Amino acid sequence: MNSGYRGRALELLKKYEVNIGDRILVKTKKAIFKGILIPRSEIGDDLHIVIKIDDGYNIGLSVDSIEHIEKIIEGSSKEENSKVIQKIKESLSNLPKVSIISTGGTIASKIDYRTGAVSPALTAEDLYRAIPEIGEIANIKTEILFNLLSENIIPEYWTSMAYAIKKHIDEGVEGIVLTHGTDTMGYTAAALSFSLRNLPIPVILVGSQRSSDRPSSDAYLNLKAAIFTAVKAPFAEVGVLMHASSSDNELIVHRGTRTRKMHTSRRDAFQTINSKPLAKIIGNKIEVYEPYKRRGGELELKAKFDNKVVLIKSFPGIPIEIFDFLIEKKYHGIVIEGTGLGHAPEYIFPAIKRAIENGITVVMTSQCIYGRINMNVYSTGRMLLSMGVIPAEDMLPETALVKLMWILAQTNDKEEIRNLFLTNISGEISERSEYW
Amino acid sequence: MNIGDKMEVKIGLEIHQQLDTSKKLFCNCPTILRDDEPHFTIMRMLRPVASELGEIDQAAIFEFEKKKYFYYQGYYDSVCLVELDEEPPHEINKESVMISLTVALMLNMIPVDEVHVMRKIVIDGSNTTGFQRTAKIAFNGWIDDEDGRISIRSLCLEEDSARKISETEDYIVYRLDRLGIPLIEITTGPEIHSGEQARRVALKIGRILQSTGKVKRGIGTIRQDLNISIEGGARVEIKGVQELKLIPIVVDYEIMRQKNLLKIRDLIKNNPLPDGKIYDVTEIFSSTECKIIKKAIQNNGKVLAILLKGFKGILKEEIQPNRRFGTELADYAKVYGGIGGIFHTDELPAYGIKEDEVKLLREKLRAEDKDCIVIVVGEEKACRNALIAIIRRIEQAFIGVPSEVRAANPDGTTHFMRPMPGAARMYPETDIPPMVITEELLNQIKSNLPETFEIKINRFMKEYGLSYDLASLIVDSPYSSIFEEIVKKSKINASLIASTFEYTFKMLKREGIDVDSFDKNIIYELFMRMSNGKFAKEAITDILRWLANNKGKGIDDAIKALSLIPVDLVEVRKKAKEIIDENIEIVKKEGERATKKLMGEIMKIYRGKVDGKIIYDILNEEIMKVLKN
Repeated sequence: MNSGYRGRALELLKKYEVNIGDRILVKTKKAIFKGILIPRSEIGDDLHIVIKIDDGYNIGLSVDSIEHIEKIIEGSSKEENSKVIQKIKESLSNLPKVSIISTGGTIASKIDYRTGAVSPALTAEDLYRAIPEIGEIANIKTEILFNLLSENIIPEYWTSMAYAIKKHIDEGVEGIVLTHGTDTMGYTAAALSFSLRNLPIPVILVGSQRSSDRPSSDAYLNLKAAIFTAVKAPFAEVGVLMHASSSDNELIVHRGTRTRKMHTSRRDAFQTINSKPLAKIIGNKIEVYEPYKRRGGELELKAKFDNKVVLIKSFPGIPIEIFDFLIEKKYHGIVIEGTGLGHAPEYIFPAIKRAIENGITVVMTSQCIYGRINMNVYSTGRMLLSMGVIPAEDMLPETALVKLMWILAQTNDKEEIRNLFLTNISGEISERSEYW
Repeated sequence: MNIGDKMEVKIGLEIHQQLDTSKKLFCNCPTILRDDEPHFTIMRMLRPVASELGEIDQAAIFEFEKKKYFYYQGYYDSVCLVELDEEPPHEINKESVMISLTVALMLNMIPVDEVHVMRKIVIDGSNTTGFQRTAKIAFNGWIDDEDGRISIRSLCLEEDSARKISETEDYIVYRLDRLGIPLIEITTGPEIHSGEQARRVALKIGRILQSTGKVKRGIGTIRQDLNISIEGGARVEIKGVQELKLIPIVVDYEIMRQKNLLKIRDLIKNNPLPDGKIYDVTEIFSSTECKIIKKAIQNNGKVLAILLKGFKGILKEEIQPNRRFGTELADYAKVYGGIGGIFHTDELPAYGIKEDEVKLLREKLRAEDKDCIVIVVGEEKACRNALIAIIRRIEQAFIGVPSEVRAANPDGTTHFMRPMPGAARMYPETDIPPMVITEELLNQIKSNLPETFEIKINRFMKEYGLSYDLASLIVDSPYSSIFEEIVKKSKINASLIASTFEYTFKMLKREGIDVDSFDKNIIYELFMRMSNGKFAKEAITDILRWLANNKGKGIDDAIKALSLIPVDLVEVRKKAKEIIDENIEIVKKEGERATKKLMGEIMKIYRGKVDGKIIYDILNEEIMKVLKN
């Protein structure tokens, strides 16, 4: 289990029969070192070994300078000290039930300061230990559905998530929290918004922008607020809960079809686009914005997605061959992220026309992100409309992609596709472009 | 008591020195501190992360129990998302690593082969992340002191913390300008045996740091922490000793404190341990005349008490000058309960507390004459926390000296700050790749090591003809490199340049002018203009003073504002003649000596505009002419 070591470093460790976690003595050309053998990160070279010396620091020692290694104490395998928090458990029975479904990322962590290893805290018990306050809010039940980086999530997983949510709803819970990596959380939120028809309870997606192993992580506040929202929110919609600003005092629940990750690293990376959010949370107060779907009703699951849909950004010089490929490979849908009000260069029009003639649904969104498509203002827009391109109104490009995948999994009737696409199904389109 | 007793004392130094790099350790922000109005403020909270073994560091729990939140102030143009913990750190600043390695080699240390940045958990809010990034650069070095060789255990490169601006019961305000400035931490072995030796070693290490020319100067840029233990005592860390001359005093007072605590241990060894019982005695003081208690009760506060059996007189024992054992307990009450102070029966009746109240108190707690009662006043929870902390401290008194972190007071005594942090609170900073230290890099640094203090003094004496005193002063100052530059580029005499730095600058400092903050380029320009005859050397003081009061303005502005436009020497000669005519009696009477007497008159007009030496020569010539006739 010499994790992370390869090549010459690994050979050396094998030669002296030492393992991760062992306390070892290393004699180098310069000095003698004592410490615990630490795993090597995958980005490191194979010319150094890493030990944690007695004052807690890790240092790298060059393989070339090592003359001898000796094992002083065998490393103990992880001692899992699971003192159950009995008190909290006893008081839980009267609290509202909330399910936490995890799909990846680490919403809570544990650190082994002996070796420096960070591991995820995923069980209910781990979470109560990490955030004791949630023991006052809800009786939680956890399910580890996936352990995926969100960039690796594909539409099939959206379907699995929807089914898992249904299972928990059938068991009777007040709300559901779904933990998710932030990269594609917006896509998943849109997918679940369309899949979970007539949703009876809130489903809150939550992530974090700073890893949960650090004291400044936004994970704890986000998770606590997500559980709180799952219990208290009057709305029964899919929401994404994250920080409202850089500060730890205000959180926002974005509507699943209306949110987008707008920053690579900030805590308030998620923004609601072209709309109002679902709710704002400050302390123990939840401020909800109308209109929203109330709690109650019978869940109807429509969780199939058509994989043969693409999202293409228009840009100066975009090669026409992209469309040839899509036509040849018999794709079913193309979402264009056009420029401005919904435009694309005229030289690709023949290709778009051919795509539509070949039965591909083509929709137009805007790379401006903010604002509504209007293809009547300029001639290029009018020409695209006349070819049969569907304007996506004020929908986000990513939401339009997910929606088209969802529609094409249900029907291939052109008229029905158009009608469904232009109908507001889950708050993704608004009639009025509000000034705010 | 005599503190010079022969007794084994072990002292280790921990020196923190800010580096003078152009960029911060993990981002590209400038390393400047600012006092102008911050541009923005954000609010954050920190929470300790559970460790694998279910334990959290004692110091971390201590901070979290205080449940404070933090405000961070920043500037759009000098604080970025990295300090705000809103963006991952950039790669480690190479310049800082080079400076660290230079210092390490000068301290005869062994550099690591590969540098790993660690996260050291600190949740008092001074780091937005909740940890301080720190990396071990080298270890196993030494320096020689006249009383023997001192080992240098470790050299770490770390980020400085945010600057505390203010604090209330609920929150702390920090400024982010200082966060991320590179800092070298040097730790010596505990082979130092006296305060004077500690001062000497600190000075020696400080000079090695300065010789790189790459460390910041001025108040707050270097901080000394002391680790002190005496035979039978315990290791105590004393933070924030800013001045070298305070080190021997702090050491002596700490030795005194530990000895006195051991004495108290012996005095109380037959007493029972406190029973941990806390009494509500608010009733007794319902109509008290003690203002503090009266006010607290009016605000729905409580008066709580504990009984310390057999402790009569102990709280009055002096531990350090003007600090008694009771003061030590009050520190704990303050830190753990936020309580301003304590009352105890050794000093009562006093402060408006009457004899009969003390009597009732003793009755209620069934205190005998040899016992002591401690009371605290305030919000109930705070009082309980304070008394629990005091009980814990009393328990430690039976063992002797508690191992803890203390902060230095301006007089050299110390007060309790927090418990000693555990060692196990570090884990790797995975956002920063490790940096390999190659032999080539080390050889390159080895061949470019800066001159030591002594060598440089000798060279300055030889090359520039400075006296030993002036040479050592200038070498020890922040101006040694700019001094050399000016000497080489200008026509001005080296001694004059050196004495300007040493005497003129010091004089301005005494006036309260922050000369250390002058831009080096401005100082350089100043001497170049003088060298080109733009103004006389006497004007330097006025120009610097003017520049300090007119931040953002340049030398030309100063010259104009002070009307230091050069004067025609013909005019000076004319004026000299006039003055001689007016004072012809003196000239006749004093002869050549009159030159000195009349110098003042003429200098009133031309000070700073014309070099005094030139004026003197002109005046002297004219007087000689008159005398000849």
